[in-house]
Amino acid sequence: MPEAVTAERAARNGHSADEDSSGPSLVGGLLSGLARSVSSRIPTADLDERDPDYIRDNLPRQWLAASLYFRGEVRGLGNIPEKGPVLMVGNHSGGNITPDTAVFTLAFCAYFGVERAFYQLAHNLVLSMPGLSFLRKFGTVAASHENARKALESGAALLVYPGGDYEVHRPFWERNRVDFDGRKGFIRLALDQDVPIVPVVSVGGQETALFLTRGEGLSKALGLDRLLRLKVLPISIALPWIVNVGDMLGHIPLPAKITVEALPPIHLRQEFGPEPDLDEVYDHVTRLMQETLDALASERTLPVIG
Amino acid sequence: MRVSASIDVAASPQVVWDQVSDPTRYLDFMSGITRWEVCSEDPRGLGARYRMSMRVGSAEIGGLVEVIEWVEGRDMAWTSVTGLDQRGRWRLRERPGGRTHVELRLSYGVAGAGFWGWISERVGAPTVRGHLQHTVRHLKRQVEQEQTRRRAAARRQAGVGTS
Repeated sequence: MPEAVTAERAARNGHSADEDSSGPSLVGGLLSGLARSVSSRIPTADLDERDPDYIRDNLPRQWLAASLYFRGEVRGLGNIPEKGPVLMVGNHSGGNITPDTAVFTLAFCAYFGVERAFYQLAHNLVLSMPGLSFLRKFGTVAASHENARKALESGAALLVYPGGDYEVHRPFWERNRVDFDGRKGFIRLALDQDVPIVPVVSVGGQETALFLTRGEGLSKALGLDRLLRLKVLPISIALPWIVNVGDMLGHIPLPAKITVEALPPIHLRQEFGPEPDLDEVYDHVTRLMQETLDALASERTLPVIG
Repeated sequence: MRVSASIDVAASPQVVWDQVSDPTRYLDFMSGITRWEVCSEDPRGLGARYRMSMRVGSAEIGGLVEVIEWVEGRDMAWTSVTGLDQRGRWRLRERPGGRTHVELRLSYGVAGAGFWGWISERVGAPTVRGHLQHTVRHLKRQVEQEQTRRRAAARRQAGVGTS
């Protein structure tokens, strides 16, 4: 493959072309090989892969899982602008199996119709996992600024999780905490594209397993952060593995009740002036989301039960 | 999947029709309905379009529907244009004593969804049936209470006039 094409493909999938070209010792060599293997499996992001008919055919199955297993409840869909591009910013939970995304995607598609273009950004590893290629038909594309820009320019609704792998593997005792790790790319994206931000807050996802640690030190020691863009190597107690290291093969989530709430849109330039301060916007969005998460958490009596 | 609910209302078909043919009143008496927005130039009549949703389980299910049958004071039927496949009908029939038999029917499903579609239609049926039953009960209460208020107002008016 020509170098330029490789670089372009890498950029579209959210990582630099040369990031998997080094690695320490034998472990590093093995991981470099794994990284190349994963990279080769990551499909080139193509917004056209979203298939409304496929989504429609699969909504009943998703509805059964969301309604019966997770007892999902989605509020505030009327806060999402009816038309036009919108950046929905969510807090992420549930390890590599994220029920909040599934519950919200179902609710969004049922409410606005599968005809409304709706994309979700996901970690490269999620898209390269065997058996998860169907996610691309649901509108899931690799998390990168390029893909996000393309989705919004096409007039679509876009769901992003700024906290990504860092937030999704937070320990169980931080389950009711919004933690984007200071990532502000979503604000720049909203400003560049001049689109409103709709915060989407969910609770319950981090009760689908007993998440113990993100394993950041372990990930760094193994060089996973450089090779696979993995800043964490989480350890959890989860079915069917009992002790689950890495969550690479996913897990069977516990049937925790999932509640999601979409908040009113934030028009950045209207609320923060023509040149908004990123830190101020970040503090505002995360504070709003944390307050909502606190309120949603206060409605719960017991973990999992809801 | 087809579900229905019916009830006898102590009012004439025209009074009931005024209620069920007015889209602005749907959120007041239709159980489970989270929106019923007019999407056409004409808010009522043949060809009128509405964007509607009904809460069933973890989703608000519905889509764009269009009125395909409109017989003043008797029948109104709609079918889906987008979203969940559905066909609904208000059927009003006059009964002796100035009463009206009201029937609300709804057929729904997701064509092409196969086995899981078949299962989900049945799992959702008790909720949908419950919404329909609550709806006709709310309708009866609202129409009869409104009629009682109108009669009382008319009596008061007549009383003022004669005193």
